Amino acid sequence: MDNAAITLNEPLMPHEEAVSGRDPHGHVMLPQHRHHFETEEQQREAGSFGMWLFLLTEIMFFGGMFFAYLLYRNWYNPAFVVASNQLNVVLGAINTAVLITSGFFMALGVYAAEVRNRSMLVWMLILTSVFGCIFLGVKYFEYKEKYEKHHIPGVNFNISEFVNPPIDAKTHKPDQPAIAPDMAQKTQIFFFLYFGMTGMHALHMIIGLGLLVWLIWRANRGDFSFGYVAPIENFGLYWHFVDIVWLFLFPLLYLINRHPLK
Amino acid sequence: MGISPVLWQFLVKWLHNSALFPAEASTIAPYTDELYFFLILVSIFGTLVVLALVVGFSVKYRREKNPVATQVEGSTLLEATWTIIPLAIFLLVFVWGGLLYFRIYSPPANSMNIYVVGKQWMWKAEHPTGQHEINALHVPVGRPVQLTMISQDVFHSFSIPDFRVKREVIPGRYSTVWFQATDPGVYHIFCTQYCGTQHAGMIGEVTALTPDDYQKWLKESTSGMSLAQNGERLFASMGCNSCHSGNAAARGPNLAGVYGSRLTMNDGSQVLVNDAYLRDSILNPSQHVTAGFAPIMPTYQGQISEDGLIDLVEYIKQLQSNYRVQQTQLTSESNQAAPTTPPQSSNEMVKP
Amino acid sequence: MSATTNTIVVLPDQETARLPKRNYLNNEHGLLSWLLTADHKRIAMLYLISITFFFFIGGAFAGLIRLELLTPQPDLVAADTYNKFFTMHGIIMIFLFLVPSVPATLGNFLIPIMIGAKDLAFPKINLLSWYLYMIGGTLTLAALVLGGVDTGWTFTTPLSTHYLNTHVITAATAIFVAGFSSIFTGLNFIVTIHRMRAPGMTWFRMPLFCWSNYAASVLMVLGTPVLAIAIVLVALERLVGIGVFDPAKGGDPLLFQHLFWFYSHPAVYIMILPGFGVISEVISTFSRKRVFGYTAVAFSSVAIALFGFFVWAHHMFIMGVSNYSALVFSLLTMLVAVPSAIKTFNWSFTLQKGSITFETPMLYAFGFIGLFTIGGLTGVFLGSLGMDIHLTETYFIVAHFHFVMVGGMLMAFLAGIHFWWPKLTGRMYPESLSKLAAVTTFIGFNLTFLPQFILGYLGMPRRYHAYPPEFQVLNVLSTAGATVLGVGYMLPLLYLGWSLKYGAIAGNNPWQATGLEWQIQSPPLTENFVETPIIDYEAYDYEWLERKQHEGVTTVG
Repeated sequence: MDNAAITLNEPLMPHEEAVSGRDPHGHVMLPQHRHHFETEEQQREAGSFGMWLFLLTEIMFFGGMFFAYLLYRNWYNPAFVVASNQLNVVLGAINTAVLITSGFFMALGVYAAEVRNRSMLVWMLILTSVFGCIFLGVKYFEYKEKYEKHHIPGVNFNISEFVNPPIDAKTHKPDQPAIAPDMAQKTQIFFFLYFGMTGMHALHMIIGLGLLVWLIWRANRGDFSFGYVAPIENFGLYWHFVDIVWLFLFPLLYLINRHPLK
Repeated sequence: MGISPVLWQFLVKWLHNSALFPAEASTIAPYTDELYFFLILVSIFGTLVVLALVVGFSVKYRREKNPVATQVEGSTLLEATWTIIPLAIFLLVFVWGGLLYFRIYSPPANSMNIYVVGKQWMWKAEHPTGQHEINALHVPVGRPVQLTMISQDVFHSFSIPDFRVKREVIPGRYSTVWFQATDPGVYHIFCTQYCGTQHAGMIGEVTALTPDDYQKWLKESTSGMSLAQNGERLFASMGCNSCHSGNAAARGPNLAGVYGSRLTMNDGSQVLVNDAYLRDSILNPSQHVTAGFAPIMPTYQGQISEDGLIDLVEYIKQLQSNYRVQQTQLTSESNQAAPTTPPQSSNEMVKP
Repeated sequence: MSATTNTIVVLPDQETARLPKRNYLNNEHGLLSWLLTADHKRIAMLYLISITFFFFIGGAFAGLIRLELLTPQPDLVAADTYNKFFTMHGIIMIFLFLVPSVPATLGNFLIPIMIGAKDLAFPKINLLSWYLYMIGGTLTLAALVLGGVDTGWTFTTPLSTHYLNTHVITAATAIFVAGFSSIFTGLNFIVTIHRMRAPGMTWFRMPLFCWSNYAASVLMVLGTPVLAIAIVLVALERLVGIGVFDPAKGGDPLLFQHLFWFYSHPAVYIMILPGFGVISEVISTFSRKRVFGYTAVAFSSVAIALFGFFVWAHHMFIMGVSNYSALVFSLLTMLVAVPSAIKTFNWSFTLQKGSITFETPMLYAFGFIGLFTIGGLTGVFLGSLGMDIHLTETYFIVAHFHFVMVGGMLMAFLAGIHFWWPKLTGRMYPESLSKLAAVTTFIGFNLTFLPQFILGYLGMPRRYHAYPPEFQVLNVLSTAGATVLGVGYMLPLLYLGWSLKYGAIAGNNPWQATGLEWQIQSPPLTENFVETPIIDYEAYDYEWLERKQHEGVTTVG
């Protein structure tokens, strides 16, 4: 049968002989091979196909919020402009870089699994999660800043600085244009969407970090060092998807309305 | 039949009280019913065709008569037939329904306007001439009536089945519906959108009156103040007149005759001034700044009830000259200058 | 072939016949072997038990609703209790019964077998999806026990976010979780159908049941996440108090309507499409004929899935969408009606030149065709813009979707359960009793819901617990029908339970059907097939079956 052929064509790792079993029909099976797949290739294809479909559902999930963002940005553009200017673009940019770096290490991790290099894989996964944690740390400081500036909708929100922007000490001019109180109210919607979208993104990061810990543990055990890359590959897809969502969030929330004010 | 007379009487009464078809009491109703009967015919025809096929084949090709089946792959011709014929019927229904939709939702230009405010769980009708009704609506027959409706809280839906009209009543924006009653009588008003605990209690009655009776009713039930008069009072007491005075140097645009005109906004766009525009520019003024004016108007969100907004809209609608606005303004300024005058007198002065 | 001329049932000699010694039911023992199983067939049985449980809970609420509506006065329960009744009825029936009904039970059981696979692609995710379903179900029951929820299943904002003080968040979480259960089921089906077909099983050799479940899966995977985000936003708005749906703060309540119906309209196709699949199988088997125009039926499922995504705003014709967008959505609604018409005629013509017998599944299938035709045609009333103004939000719409969902889907579900019961359990159900149940259901259903069309045109609004007295006669008829319907649904529960122990041994292929699932033992082995089957015949090839039986060859299992 096919899987037997594959097994013979590929060099076996020494420990593999010990763990590989035989199914009831006498076919040699690799330990990761689930019995209901005809071949390992079928299993791998099914896994990545399933992952792509799952990412499609994720796109639809975020799509709902992107749709709300576009609608309200269209309706309440002035409020979105000033509220967007309140976001910390430096921290946002740093986070973008951090996340891209994390994604880079993830890609290296997939490579490491493909070349069956266990220690490199473990290190790459650790680096991926370290940068993931840095991202969440930066996010924490951003959220904290929002709390201090009374930008948490519903709980702790103050529109006064949009109505009467503080005077800049150097230029003696307001640091941003004032908007009418009724429009200033709509900044709450911006911040709600900001927290909703970045919060959902952060939630995906946290879930991803949880999975990473599990993968690091398994990688260290040597599960992915003999040609079984599917879990690493599929997790990589997920992680890159989370990166890409951020690559949309960053310009939409931080950059699109930013004008040189001074 | 051995049916007891008591039971018989009960049955007769029961059936007498029942209904199978709603009254046709508006000009729209016959049009709706026409389409309805057409659709029923189509449905009966369609169901009968399917029934005939299923029963016919079942009898003809049951196993006793036809022990061995003949395999047929399909037939492009037949399949094309039952694709195209239903499609043609559906498209006909689409066009017909579309025409009816535009008929129902396009009010004639000469229709009289009545405001309706929905709230949990009642309908408040406000006639421009100042009559207020709760869960009731009096309208004349033979005249198109447009309802401008808004909800104070959740979604409601205003439905008069005997007129075949219905429209969602939405918080935060006006929606309209119109009808022209044909037969004097009393008809149901239902709220058909689920709106909370007493949803089933949000019902009322619309009374269609002959023009004479309607005039009589108007006289009997007047509250003494028309909506526009209420609006004028509100206009003065909220201080609207201090900016919208119509003076050349006024900080706000002139409102006399503004209703129905086209305004140029400060971003260059053109808008038609209608009820919805007037309401929204009171609540969200910064989104409706007329060209040449500064965005200084404060929002009145949360300060005026929907009824008050209706009064203001109705007032601005009818405002043709600024004479009284300026008079009121002068009076209230002189009142402020002379604090000895009792405060309520300013209201008294506004009264016609 | 068969002993008598008016039936195709061939059962093994009951004196000697025994259930197969090894099958998926007795492969392992103990409760844990069920709760931790990764076998798609066992998971299907878990689903079957749980959705039956929820069906009867939802049905009990329907009974209470009909009881209250027996009289015009609000005399049985208070208004808020009534509102909780219909909310629970809606949530349970839609999210916990109709959406998973055929896919999660019959689909789960049959799709891998029909395409010649040993299991679904992701058995553990399949089990996870059952657990998610149970968590969703438990949360729903928690919302019920804690005091209920009265938003209606549509969660209309701002009512659900700012004006009600019931357990909205619990119910929302329940729907969110149950939604992921259906996402995972759909995902599993799509991957399985794409990647796990046996050699020779081409797309156009698949039974139509697989096609229609595939189309439903696409809708589940793409639609459910949008519902999830809409529900999350409702919950956040309730928790945080500021949000995107509150008109007082600049939000747009219509946005919620758009997001909600973007899922909930395709959801009705999620509910009905798998039912179409069941009907295709049943009609073909009992008329001994290949489904008329196989390709057209297959593609019409896909067409429904595609069009189904672009008609959601027809739920909002009177809500102030612009007149022109209403026109577009009305037109698309008319177009989506066409594939359903095609299917109905194709099923009818499958009977032509067949050799028809009238076993219980076939009776249910006939019931389906009749009721679905009426349900579909009354949908055209509602898709027609001007007509919709008068009919929407009345009992007409209640009757319409019950004709499609109950008259259509539930009939199909029962047809399928009876049809595959021998395969699921290895035993036959009692034939005459089940025919009685099928007829009872059909009569009870019509008596319940036909009067509601008239009520709707009279203008009786839905979700009213008290109504003007002139509507009473029709309401009494409807309640009477509901009683009959209740009996019709209790019967199968009783005799199917009875048949588990006392039913006749079914043998591998009691119906002489061609599907791959009928060529293996009943109940099947845990691995379904002894050897991977190689498919060298088209779907519904009765001549192949005859040749095979003639030669006495057992290919698989």
